[in-house]
Amino acid sequence: MITSLLGILFDGFAYGMLLFLLSVGLSVTLGMMNFVNLAHCSLAMVGGYIAVTLMNRAGWPFFATLPMAFLGAAAVSIVLERLLYRPLYRATDLDQSLLTIGIVFVSIATAAYIYGTAQLPVQLPDYLRGSYQVFGRNFGVYRLFLIGFSLVISIVLVSTLEYTRFGAQVRAAVDNQRMARGLGIDVNGVFAITFALGGGLAGLGGALAIDIVGLDPSFAFAYLVYVLIVVSVGGLGSIGGTFVAAMLLGISDSAGKYYFPQVGAFLIYLVMIAILMWRPAGLFGKR
Amino acid sequence: MAVMSSAVTNPHQFLQAQNRWHWIEVAFWLATLLPFVLTPSYLSLASQIAITALFALSLDLILGYAGIVSLGHAAFFGFGAYTAGLISKWGWGEPLSGLLIAAFSAAVLGYLMSFIIARFRHLTLIMMTLGLGLLLFEVANKASWLTGGADGLQGVHMWPLLGMFRFDLYGYTAYTYALIVLFLLFLLSRRLTNSPFGLALRGIRENLTRMRAIGATSRSHIRTVYTISAAIAGVAGGLLTQTTETVSLGVVDFQRSADVLVILVLGGAGRLYGGLIGAIIFMVARDQFSGINPQYWYFPIGVLLIAVVMFLPNGILGGLARLVASWRSRSQ
Amino acid sequence: MSTPVLSTRGLDKNFGSLVVAKDIEIALPKGVRYALIGPNGAGKTTLINLITGMLQPDVGQIFLGDEEITRLGPEQRVRRGLVRTFQINTLFPNLTALEAVTLAVCERRGDAKTWWRPITAYGEVLDEAYSILTSLLLAPVCNRPTRELAYGQQRLLEIALALATRPKVLLLDEPAAGVPRDESSELFAAITSLSQDITVLFIEHDMNIVFKLASRIIVMVGGRILVEGTPAEIAADPRVREVYLGGAHHG
Repeated sequence: MITSLLGILFDGFAYGMLLFLLSVGLSVTLGMMNFVNLAHCSLAMVGGYIAVTLMNRAGWPFFATLPMAFLGAAAVSIVLERLLYRPLYRATDLDQSLLTIGIVFVSIATAAYIYGTAQLPVQLPDYLRGSYQVFGRNFGVYRLFLIGFSLVISIVLVSTLEYTRFGAQVRAAVDNQRMARGLGIDVNGVFAITFALGGGLAGLGGALAIDIVGLDPSFAFAYLVYVLIVVSVGGLGSIGGTFVAAMLLGISDSAGKYYFPQVGAFLIYLVMIAILMWRPAGLFGKR
Repeated sequence: MAVMSSAVTNPHQFLQAQNRWHWIEVAFWLATLLPFVLTPSYLSLASQIAITALFALSLDLILGYAGIVSLGHAAFFGFGAYTAGLISKWGWGEPLSGLLIAAFSAAVLGYLMSFIIARFRHLTLIMMTLGLGLLLFEVANKASWLTGGADGLQGVHMWPLLGMFRFDLYGYTAYTYALIVLFLLFLLSRRLTNSPFGLALRGIRENLTRMRAIGATSRSHIRTVYTISAAIAGVAGGLLTQTTETVSLGVVDFQRSADVLVILVLGGAGRLYGGLIGAIIFMVARDQFSGINPQYWYFPIGVLLIAVVMFLPNGILGGLARLVASWRSRSQ
Repeated sequence: MSTPVLSTRGLDKNFGSLVVAKDIEIALPKGVRYALIGPNGAGKTTLINLITGMLQPDVGQIFLGDEEITRLGPEQRVRRGLVRTFQINTLFPNLTALEAVTLAVCERRGDAKTWWRPITAYGEVLDEAYSILTSLLLAPVCNRPTRELAYGQQRLLEIALALATRPKVLLLDEPAAGVPRDESSELFAAITSLSQDITVLFIEHDMNIVFKLASRIIVMVGGRILVEGTPAEIAADPRVREVYLGGAHHG
């Protein structure tokens, strides 16, 4: 009983870490510009496919593909931001949702055209496979790596936002966009960089996710729902909130799959609706 | 349309002129009879189009008129579809009463949900509609003892319409039935949008703060329109069940919610004919490209969505209206 | 004196450590024209937001006649006759002026819940809306969408929407904000000709207009009421002079 609980917590923690990487960029950009970007997981998918292509077709080692996944997704998000998003910052929620759903559709179709609809396999390096035995439980090496790696990324991220000049500008813009502009902060520029960083993180998450959840063209929508749940429950623009919400979702998802496999995602949706009814701005949201 | 010249006419005449039937509308409804003579082998498709148009019309009332975004409108369509299917499966195959019960049950669901919906705006609203829609999908998926789950609901059998007209293989009865229901509910919606309540809905879309400042009961308006919209969506779902005699999980999935949104926006939201025009274009195109991988089908739809948002903010009908207006002002 | 139409007792409001309203006590009798003046940031708009329910006070009570309305929502206060206009146009851009005023009349009469009768069946509603628009010189443009109206006409429409609710108390937040001085006469003529049954409280920076329109003046500074009195009393008050000393070019 205890050991199974430990296993669930471990798996849930790893999964939560993944969700955090996937969501944090969306949370910050949504908090700053109020731009409803439903195409965020398409960026994650871009990262995933870049990693798979480099590994399977070009024979790159796994670790070398991760920076490329980050950079590739960041580059795509810069293009999207410049071409499509910028004209719509003042548009309605509906227009923003529709535009970004359109992008999701295009990305799904493009991925299906290039890579087919089957899940793509990845070959992880030997040292990331297998598992350790502790208290008679298996702890997957890859999940351990995922937790450690994501923690490092999160620490880097938080300290960037906390201690650098750029981070201060981002926080000011999230807090009060008008005030930040008044103080002479180039909010659009800050936003573009943040957007690229968030997209890059999503791409990284996408690459890291392949071994856990698989990669196929439906990824762009399937995980969007989870990411949106994390962002809305955590509260827009709140990194801590996003982290807590991602952990909650990751752990309850793996607990749900273990204890109530027949209920499926039902419970997750229910909890999200309940939390949002209780706190419409999310657990840590201000607005 | 005639904005400039109306400056001095009295207000009654102006509004009456707006509410009067235009000859294009009459022509449109006459044209819906053409499939009977021109393309009798496509009557099944025509009835599917009529049903989709009705579904889009229901979404238009809340999204186009009241400006409430919904990413989960399939919940009501699916609820109506399953209700109609279950009634028939349990031994009552009379179509009209079945349709009424489907409408009523979807309306009850819509009324209950409206208490949640009316409280939220922005992302939280989007998440709420999405979440409630997904919730209902999971219920339908997991409750396979009731709904048949992923295998679909089997054993739906409809009695002849009015005791006289069987649902034939060619879709004569199906299209006639769907078209009449669509037309009647269109008339109802037209009435609604021309009423004081319709004006209040547009007020909610235009400026909620101002609505509060004139003492409007916005939340109760939202609850009302949500209930009406859910009932109409339920009728559309019930029609699909009755004319196809099956119910699949597809009636409640996100794809259906997204499709109807695309259809409405493509045609032009906030104009009753937007959903109808959008449904015709969308369904005919999908039928033409039915041979290709369904995932590829997303590509043109996605491009179209992006293009509409960027270049044609009011959909095809909005674009046409602008063309006509500029042509008129040039010829004057 | 009879019960004031609108009164407040000890209203406080803080945003964090910033005091925006402190111990606000006002009592407006029926039909009086009150001007609310004070330097920028004195808390004038905040006071209007508190009175109309757009903000909740931390402490204090608000009364409309004998009824306490402190806990009522903004729309409930409007239905009881407490109505405001906005400093920044808050209109329905895609409704025509006639549609907007008709909507406000319908909401007041409870007709806006009716979805089975066409609006053209409501002749008297339309007549009422049209006559309000006529009185504010908006009749010639009443079938134009609001967004196409000239700015000054939009300011008039703000007042038209408020009048359509048949207010007992009308709070005007800088009714002429942004309107060039030579074009604002229509606006102030409209305010002057309001029924004497309506109590009016208006924020205005132009002292000429304040002294011309107001029968009493409230001066706010730093979230508090500094002094209240007749225009003559205010003009002679040394504290008011002190507050306005830097910017006393108003003539």
